[in-house]
Amino acid sequence: MSSEHSTESIQDHIRVYLIVFGALAVLTIVTVVASYLDISTSEGIFLALIIASIKASLVAGYFMHLISEKNTIIWVLMLTVVFFFVMLFLPLISYTDQVHI
Amino acid sequence: MEVPYIVKEREDTGLINSKLGIWIFLASEIMLFGGLFSAYIFLRLAAPDILITEENIKPGFQVGEFVFAFKYWASELSVPLATVNTLVLISSSVSMVMAWASLKLNDLSKYKMYMGITLLCALIFLVIKYFEYTGKFHHDIYPSSSTFMAIYFTLTGLHGIHIIGGMIVMIYFWLPIGNKMWDSQPELFTNRVEVLGLYWHFVDLVWIFLFPVLYLL
Repeated sequence: MSSEHSTESIQDHIRVYLIVFGALAVLTIVTVVASYLDISTSEGIFLALIIASIKASLVAGYFMHLISEKNTIIWVLMLTVVFFFVMLFLPLISYTDQVHI
Repeated sequence: MEVPYIVKEREDTGLINSKLGIWIFLASEIMLFGGLFSAYIFLRLAAPDILITEENIKPGFQVGEFVFAFKYWASELSVPLATVNTLVLISSSVSMVMAWASLKLNDLSKYKMYMGITLLCALIFLVIKYFEYTGKFHHDIYPSSSTFMAIYFTLTGLHGIHIIGGMIVMIYFWLPIGNKMWDSQPELFTNRVEVLGLYWHFVDLVWIFLFPVLYLL
């Protein structure tokens, strides 16, 4: 978001920010209500993470302007996501300790 | 010496340096919190079931039943307080982006109002967190009490430190000492606020995952 933004486009942005705010508030309540549903733990985890991911996408996309951001930043983030998942599951390597070859 | 490309974009990246800089910093933050989330997942996978007895019974459980350790300890946390805190942090994110938009609309007084609201929300978040923490301590619950509490205090504590860090920068930009730059270099000041906003939205984003993971699952 740089200096080329006109007053009208900023006012459009403000409308979008308020809609996103409403969506985030509703999704927060939905997350809490969903946690009281009579579903299995794995279904509960799946549902909670899906809702959290939608909320996170809204924040990153609209508040952090990622939907209209330059490719340089998108590439930095995609690389980060790859390494994030590599690190997340890195401890799984410890299972190879149990394999007696 | 003047820092290059903090008002005008670089031709090769199409970005101002400060924006690329904060995104690379946020990438490192993703790895920092990612490591702790990874720890949470593996600690949870290895967590045992606890047999409820007369000695360790808590409200909502029955003597003789086996309860998953993370569920047992998470029952100590207050979902209503954390829900309020989630809403408070979301509100602070909106007011932060509104503060930036106000500068884009050349309205410094509105900027000060929205930045003030953001600061207030951050303060409310910390006060609620303080009551949550002291509530635990009064019940003799500490990070050493269980694996769940250890990862709970680590994750929320690290997140809380990020809130405090953000607040320090916000106070600086809110007070005349910081925003006097608006008079001489309005574009540079707007860019600074945008970069602060990116950091603040990230702190909100981390909480969006912490809330269900620690309180609800």
